[in-house]
Amino acid sequence: MIHFFHQMSSPRYFYDFAGRLVPWLVIACVLCLIPGLYLGLVEAPPDYQQGDSYRIIFIHVPAAWMSLFIYMVMAGSGAIGLIWRIKLAEVISIASAPIGASFTFLALATGSLWGKPMWGAWWVWDARLTSELLLLFLYLGVMSLYNAIEDRRTASRAAAILAIVGVVNIPIIHYSVEWWNTLHQGPTVTKLDKPSIHLSMLIPLLLMAAAFKLYYAFLVLMRARCEVLRREKNSRWVKDLVGQAS
Amino acid sequence: MSFSEFLDMGGYALYVWSSYGLTAVVLIVNLAIPVLQRKKLLADIARRVRRVARI
Repeated sequence: MIHFFHQMSSPRYFYDFAGRLVPWLVIACVLCLIPGLYLGLVEAPPDYQQGDSYRIIFIHVPAAWMSLFIYMVMAGSGAIGLIWRIKLAEVISIASAPIGASFTFLALATGSLWGKPMWGAWWVWDARLTSELLLLFLYLGVMSLYNAIEDRRTASRAAAILAIVGVVNIPIIHYSVEWWNTLHQGPTVTKLDKPSIHLSMLIPLLLMAAAFKLYYAFLVLMRARCEVLRREKNSRWVKDLVGQAS
Repeated sequence: MSFSEFLDMGGYALYVWSSYGLTAVVLIVNLAIPVLQRKKLLADIARRVRRVARI
């Protein structure tokens, strides 16, 4: 294990390793996505209250989970980069930001498309929605702060500090539906007792969640590979790499 | 269930399909960005290496 981490500290080794890992993650993602979509859109019965509109749940909830999960990865690896000066952690942290922002945007947009027929409004200033919108601004803030600073290592440190401060928002999002009496429905899956969702709906939901997580996994590696190339463009191994290609 | 019933989504077609469509677009664009970026980066680095080699 220590040997593995030691190898990973070499940008060149990471670049090769990630490149080999990506296709397998893509296959795994598709293997979850196809049955997830089929079971969610075709097999699962309509909801007794919401009809077929609830099928938005199969992308809305996984996207919202990802928006929180990716934020924790971004802030966590940002902290590791900040404390131990590990370059790869900095790269993973900044590569996560645009993906997290995309999932946050999707959670908000699909929520809006669900809210319109169910609540009668595209948007309400409900605690859950407002804190999720704040999460989107945090992602955008981290990205623009990183891009505003020329030196990539200084930029990483600044972006990591902002990301860590923003972690305060994560429990607020999670508990918002319990702390405030809001329009947004309470949790149905992550309750301590039995989840109040039928298996025929829970299985596609979990498959879609797995597909989104695998999507993030290969996409963050692809983005991290680009970032490694950009940072290492003057090193011997990168020049050798393009030498072989041409 | 017929195919047109499937497409109709119990009358919620607009909301359901625009959610899925938007998600597909965002996920595909996100995938295209690093693919194109890596190509461009490698081409840029190769050009620079060749220029240095000439000098």
